[in-house]
Amino acid sequence: MSAYRLDYLDQLESEAIHILREVAGQFERPALLFSGGKDSITLVHLALKAFRPGKFPFPLVHIDTGHNFKEALDCRDQLAATLGEKLIVRNVGDTIKAKQLTEPKGKFASRNALQTYTLLDTIEEFKFDACIGGARRDEEKARAKERIFSVRDEFGQWDPKLQRPELWNTYNGRIHKGENVRVFPISNWTELDVWNYIRREKIELPSIYFSHDREVIEHEGQLVAVSEFIQLEASDKVLTKKVRYRTVGDMTCTAAVESKASNIDDIISEITATKTSERGETRIDDKVSEAAMEDRKKNGYF
Amino acid sequence: MDLLRFITAGSVDDGKSTLIGRLLYDSKSIMIDQLEAIERQSKNKDEGEIDLALLTDGLRAEREQGITIDVAYKYFSTPKRKFIIADAPGHIQYTRNMVTGASNADLAIILIDARNGVVEQTRRHSIITSLLNIPHIVVAINKMDLVDFSQDVYNNIVIDYAKVAQSLGLKNVTYIPLSALQGDNIVEKSDKLSWYEGPSLLHFLEEVEVQDTINLTEARFPVQYVIRPQTDALHDYRGYAGKIVSGVYKVGDAVTVQPAGIQSRIKAIEIAGKEVAEAFAPQSVVLHLEDNIDISRGDVIVNAAQPVKTAQELEVLLCWMDNKPLIPGNKYLLQINSRVVRSVVRNIEYKLDVNTLEKNEAPSQAVLNDVIKATIKTASPIPYDSYQALRANGGAILIDETSHVTVGACMIQ
Ligand SMILES: Nc1nc2c(ncn2[C@@H]2O[C@H](COP(=O)(O)OP(=O)(O)OP(=O)(O)O)[C@@H](O)[C@H]2O)c(=O)[nH]1
Ligand SMILES: [Mg+2]
Repeated sequence: MSAYRLDYLDQLESEAIHILREVAGQFERPALLFSGGKDSITLVHLALKAFRPGKFPFPLVHIDTGHNFKEALDCRDQLAATLGEKLIVRNVGDTIKAKQLTEPKGKFASRNALQTYTLLDTIEEFKFDACIGGARRDEEKARAKERIFSVRDEFGQWDPKLQRPELWNTYNGRIHKGENVRVFPISNWTELDVWNYIRREKIELPSIYFSHDREVIEHEGQLVAVSEFIQLEASDKVLTKKVRYRTVGDMTCTAAVESKASNIDDIISEITATKTSERGETRIDDKVSEAAMEDRKKNGYF
Repeated sequence: MDLLRFITAGSVDDGKSTLIGRLLYDSKSIMIDQLEAIERQSKNKDEGEIDLALLTDGLRAEREQGITIDVAYKYFSTPKRKFIIADAPGHIQYTRNMVTGASNADLAIILIDARNGVVEQTRRHSIITSLLNIPHIVVAINKMDLVDFSQDVYNNIVIDYAKVAQSLGLKNVTYIPLSALQGDNIVEKSDKLSWYEGPSLLHFLEEVEVQDTINLTEARFPVQYVIRPQTDALHDYRGYAGKIVSGVYKVGDAVTVQPAGIQSRIKAIEIAGKEVAEAFAPQSVVLHLEDNIDISRGDVIVNAAQPVKTAQELEVLLCWMDNKPLIPGNKYLLQINSRVVRSVVRNIEYKLDVNTLEKNEAPSQAVLNDVIKATIKTASPIPYDSYQALRANGGAILIDETSHVTVGACMIQ
């Protein structure tokens, strides 16, 4: 009997593959939202397991804010090229111009919220009926509430008080025209599960996840990379520190962690020992209000 | 390391969210920034009390009202096991969200407020637990601090609940007295409950046997997707992608493809591109058969020696989850794993009374949260097992064809 026992990481992997295949089986025009971060790279790896030797039944789609880390973009292009899968990139900068949106101002002016406009336009442009994302329930308290198949109305809005029942592993992807479903195959993975999986599967990540020297300034206890996208003030002290990134978002809203961990084993030891959550340590944008994430999701954000 | 999925259930304010908060807190699974955030939010922060329920009550509306509306999923692990927790709402109007969380659970913790004992919602959640055939139940008699940690109070509730358990045929029921608020018997055994001889809650969760929740004797493989690269190099490649929901498959096994009833043999099994000699539930695999037959999404490949039932008329226990009533004669889509067919609810045989647990006369319609026995006729044959015998191939959902919403959960008899 015991020979037929699946380790928890294998159980999570199988669950994710099952969800990806449900998307392929249920939708006509799905897409996989790909950012070049570790969660979406993990998704791509899972998609390989789900669909090879066939092609992916969906393109990879990147909503590029224009404020990304170069290393993440390089990794994105390289991965799409080696896999021979289709990559669609849409730029938030273009949306800002076309729609005459107002760019946020301030020191760390972030396009994170504007991203939603480009995402919704892209969904409309390609008539995507399902968008696969790498969000995890352990990341944030509003995400902890979300279904694996999460229905969004034609304005991309999430209604947390009216979610569909979702029983067993039976996913109901039926929608009206104009609506779409956000699908989260690694909902049940924790940050540590993702890292353990990356180690086990020897998945390649952008170099910024590993310790490197970087010019940073300190902002409310967090280290923010010096870049053309943030405005330095006279009082800012630019320091060169050994850092790594725990998540990869925009350069304007993602903070670095001081660390000497240059390989995956060291990173896993650090994350196992850490006392701060992933978003708490690295996201500047969640701090705006208690329900920042819930509000953004209601507006169509992931 | 293995995985235990559990849910907390029970009536409003019995302390489900607080219990989970306490489990996470006492097992040191809460990060500093998360703790600081709930400290800021706690109403009685001046007295140094933090409201641990805020850890799972993540929606704005939940925090404002101090109740749980939808299931929250939380994760933690100890050196022994990894846990996925679903914190369910107690309010009757959100019962369908409790059903959602319970459907994947290996274990349910049913909380009871020691001051109130067994109440209607305790029974309703117990009925759902029994319908869904959740293998293990812990009855957590909570708020013992408010009844002076009295053994008599505890004993009386155990006697009351045992009657519920007996009439529902619940197996594997364990009783634990505790205080979620103060942390008694959560991680460590409490001195204040020295008369209680069993384990602490966490200790029990770490030790309970869960491997028995996966059926390894009846091989069932619903096809999700057919992989056909149709390239020159892979011209003849035709792989059936899916998850083994139960049982074991070996290369060479005689199989039947249902509902068509076509026979073949397994030529190869692939896991992530690598050929293997055998595979088992719950692995996601690709199967290849000896013969070129027409198989598509929704078909089920079963071991020929372990036949599946196939029928167009199903007896089901049904949990109705929509605000609109279920009207016999209405058509719904029925989805079982990857198979979707049109169906009609023929007639309602009886309705389960939540208070007496008796079968009441059939109503003309079923309304939100009703549990009924009904007959469903499907437009084409369904390969299925009885839910009680094989959960992974006996549960189906009903979908409203016009709203597309999931409106019912069917446990096929
Ligand atoms: N004295 C005492 N109070 C408790 C205990 N457990 C919970 N409470 C209190 O009971 C109230 C309700 O607790 P919650 O955890 O929100 O209840 P719940 O079961 O999650 O409620 P819903 O999710 O809305 O059904 C809160 O005020 C808690 O502080 C306990 O062991 N002792
Ligand atoms: Mg609650």
